Amino acid sequence: MRVDDMRQRAEERRRYLDGFAHHLLVCAGLGCQGNEEIVAALNRAVNERGLADRVLVRRTGCMGLCALGPLVRVEPNTIVYQGVRPGDADEIVTALGRKPVTRLLLSPDLPFFTRQHKRVLALCGRIDPDHFDDYLAAGGYTAVSTALTAMRPAGVIRLIDDSGLRGRGGAGYPTGLKWATVAKAAGARKYLICNADEGDPGAFMDRAILEGTPHAVLEGMIIAAYAVGANSGYIYVRAEYPLAVQRLQRAMREAEHNNLLGHAICGSGFDLKLEIRLGAGAFVCGEETALIASVEGGRGLPRPRPPYPAERGLHGCPTLINNVETYANIPLIVTRGADWFAAAGTERSRGTKVFALSGKVRHTGLIEVDMGTTLGEIVNDIGGGVPDGRALKAVQTGGPSGGCIPADRLDTPVTYEDLGAVGSIMGSGGMIVIDETTCMVDMVRYFMQFCMEESCGKCAPCRVGTVQIHRLLGKFCEHRATPADLESLETLCDLVRETSLCGLGQSAPNPVRSALRFFRQEFLDRMVQPADTPEHNS
Amino acid sequence: MPRSLPDHRTDDRRWNAVDRTMQRHDYRPEALIETLHTAQERYGFLDPQTLGRIADRLGVAPSKVLGVATFYNHFRLQPAGEHTLAVCTGTACHVKGNDRILAWAREQFGLSPGETTPDNRLSLVEVRCVGACALAPVIVTDGEIRGKKSFAESTAMIGEWLGDAGR
Repeated sequence: MRVDDMRQRAEERRRYLDGFAHHLLVCAGLGCQGNEEIVAALNRAVNERGLADRVLVRRTGCMGLCALGPLVRVEPNTIVYQGVRPGDADEIVTALGRKPVTRLLLSPDLPFFTRQHKRVLALCGRIDPDHFDDYLAAGGYTAVSTALTAMRPAGVIRLIDDSGLRGRGGAGYPTGLKWATVAKAAGARKYLICNADEGDPGAFMDRAILEGTPHAVLEGMIIAAYAVGANSGYIYVRAEYPLAVQRLQRAMREAEHNNLLGHAICGSGFDLKLEIRLGAGAFVCGEETALIASVEGGRGLPRPRPPYPAERGLHGCPTLINNVETYANIPLIVTRGADWFAAAGTERSRGTKVFALSGKVRHTGLIEVDMGTTLGEIVNDIGGGVPDGRALKAVQTGGPSGGCIPADRLDTPVTYEDLGAVGSIMGSGGMIVIDETTCMVDMVRYFMQFCMEESCGKCAPCRVGTVQIHRLLGKFCEHRATPADLESLETLCDLVRETSLCGLGQSAPNPVRSALRFFRQEFLDRMVQPADTPEHNS
Repeated sequence: MPRSLPDHRTDDRRWNAVDRTMQRHDYRPEALIETLHTAQERYGFLDPQTLGRIADRLGVAPSKVLGVATFYNHFRLQPAGEHTLAVCTGTACHVKGNDRILAWAREQFGLSPGETTPDNRLSLVEVRCVGACALAPVIVTDGEIRGKKSFAESTAMIGEWLGDAGR
C-alpha cells in the first residue's frame, strides 16, 4: 500500500468511527473471561433499541485492571464499568448519554488509572486488535512509511541509539548498539527474531501486547529489519498463548495483504518475510542462543557466547533478537522522536516499562509506568496495597532469575541500576507481591524447583547444581538444615552463578542469594536447633 | 523406532495435515517442531509410529526426533484422558496456593501431574504459567481458563465439571 492510500484508509476509518455517538469497548484480553457473551449481549441490546447507527460495540485488548474484570469502557465519556456480566447489557445501553450505571462504575480518579503513563499500552484497550484499519486510524504504520521512505537505515539506528532505549526482555542491553552491530556484521543474509517466549512465571506483558496491539509489534519489526538489513524474520511465541498467536496470525495476514510485509513494502525497495514459530514449553528458550536452536527445529540448547547472535545467529547468519515490548517501542520513537522518548524515565533507564502486577495485591493487572517510579508507588498506589489487612513482606521482580525486595526498600525506583543494586533485576516485567503469610524459604525453593526442572542439562553446574541447591533448601523447609548446609548453600550459589553456561544457570541462584541477604533469619529459624538431635525434627 | 512403516496412514486426513506442514517447509529438517505441533494437534499425542514417519520424511535421525519430542514440555508421548485438568504452577498461582489443588487432586483422583486415571476419564497436568496471573489461582479445565476462585470454590467447580462419573 502506498503512503497516500494508507492515509486515505486511516481517514475513512476515523470518519466512520466519528460517526457513532457512543463507543462501547469490551476488553477481550485473556484476563476478562466471558467477554464474547458480553459483546453479543451489548450488540443485542443496541439492535433492539434501533441504535445500531449511533452506538458501536468493539472488542479491544487488555485494559489493565484484570482484578475487576470483565471491563467495559464507554467513549467518548471515558466511563469504565467493572465486573460486567451479559445481563448488565440492557442497563449499560440504556444509560448511554445519561447518568452512568452507578453499581458498575469505576472511579476515573482511581490511582490505578491516574498514576500510570501509557505509551506502549496507549492503544491497548482502545482499538480492535483484529481490525487493521483501527490501527491505521490511530496513526499506525506511519512510522514504517516514514522510516522506509524518508530515512536511511543508518539514520534509523542513530535515532534509536539517541533515544537510549534498552532491551525490555530483562538484560537492558542498549537497543541501538545491538542494531548497529547486526547492521555492521558481514554477510549477505541476515535475520530478525522477535522473542515472544515469555517464560517467566508471573509475567504476561508480552502476551497482553500481542493480544492488544499485534500490529505495533509488527511495525517495530519491519523498521528494525529495514535498519539492520534483514529480509526474513521469525516471531517465536509460546504455544501456551493461543489467543496471542491467533491475533498475531491475523495481523500478519492483513499486513501482507496491505503490502506492509512481503515485497517492496510501502512502495520502497525493501522486502521482509515474517513467520511465526511456536515454542513448545521450555523456559531455556528465552535465552537467545537456545531460542535460535529451537527456531532451527532442534532441542533448545544454548551455546557459549561470543560469538553473539548479532554476528553469528540463526543458520550462522547475523541475527537481531529483540523482545516484544522493545519492538513495540520502536514505532513511537520513530514517530515522536528520541527526545520525546527520553523525556520519560531516568538518565540511564529511559522511557516507560510495562509490568504484570500480581500476587497479594488488590489491583492485579497490567500496568505501564515511567522508569524511576518507586516500587511503593506501584504496589500501594497503583496496586491498591495488600488486601485482607495483611502486611506486605516483599516484592519479587525478575521471576526465577530475579530477587525479592523487602518491604523496607519500597523506595527503590524501578530502573535497571537500582533493581540491580538491591540484588534483583528488572527482568521482563513480572512483579509479584508477597505478603507476610508466604515463607521466603518455600518461595525460593519453588523458584529453584522451576530452574531445576527447566535446566536443559547441557552444562554440569546448572544441571547438577540446581538439584543440589533444591535439595539443600528442602532441608531448611523441613527444619533439618545444619550450619554446614547453610555454608554449602552459599558456596553452591556462587559456583552455579559463576560457572553455568547460560543465563538460566547463571541467574538461577539469584532468588536464593537475595533471600539470604534480606530474609536470612528465616533460614536460621529453619535450622536444627542446638538442642535437637538429627532424629528429633518435626 | 522403525525407519519405514506400512502406509496405513497414507489416506488418513490427519496424516495429510501433518504432511502439509512439512510440505510448507519443503521437508526441511528445521520444520521438525512445527510438524510435531501439527501431529499432536491432530492425533492428541505423539506415538512412535508417527514420530518414525516424521523422521523419515524430514530426513532427521529418529533419535533426534525423539530427543526434541521429549525435550519440550508441550509434547505428549502418551494419550491424554477424555478430560484434562491443568493446574497452573506459575509464581502468582503458587503464592495463592495452587499446590493445595494438586494435593487435593492426588487425594481425590490418585493422580500426580502427568498421570491419567485408569478409566481414562481424567488427566492431570501442571502448566507453567498461562499468563493469566492477575486471575490467580488459575486452573484450566479442557482448555477453559478459570481463575479468581478460592480453594473450596475451585474444588467444587472441578467436581461439577467432571460430574459424578469422574470420581
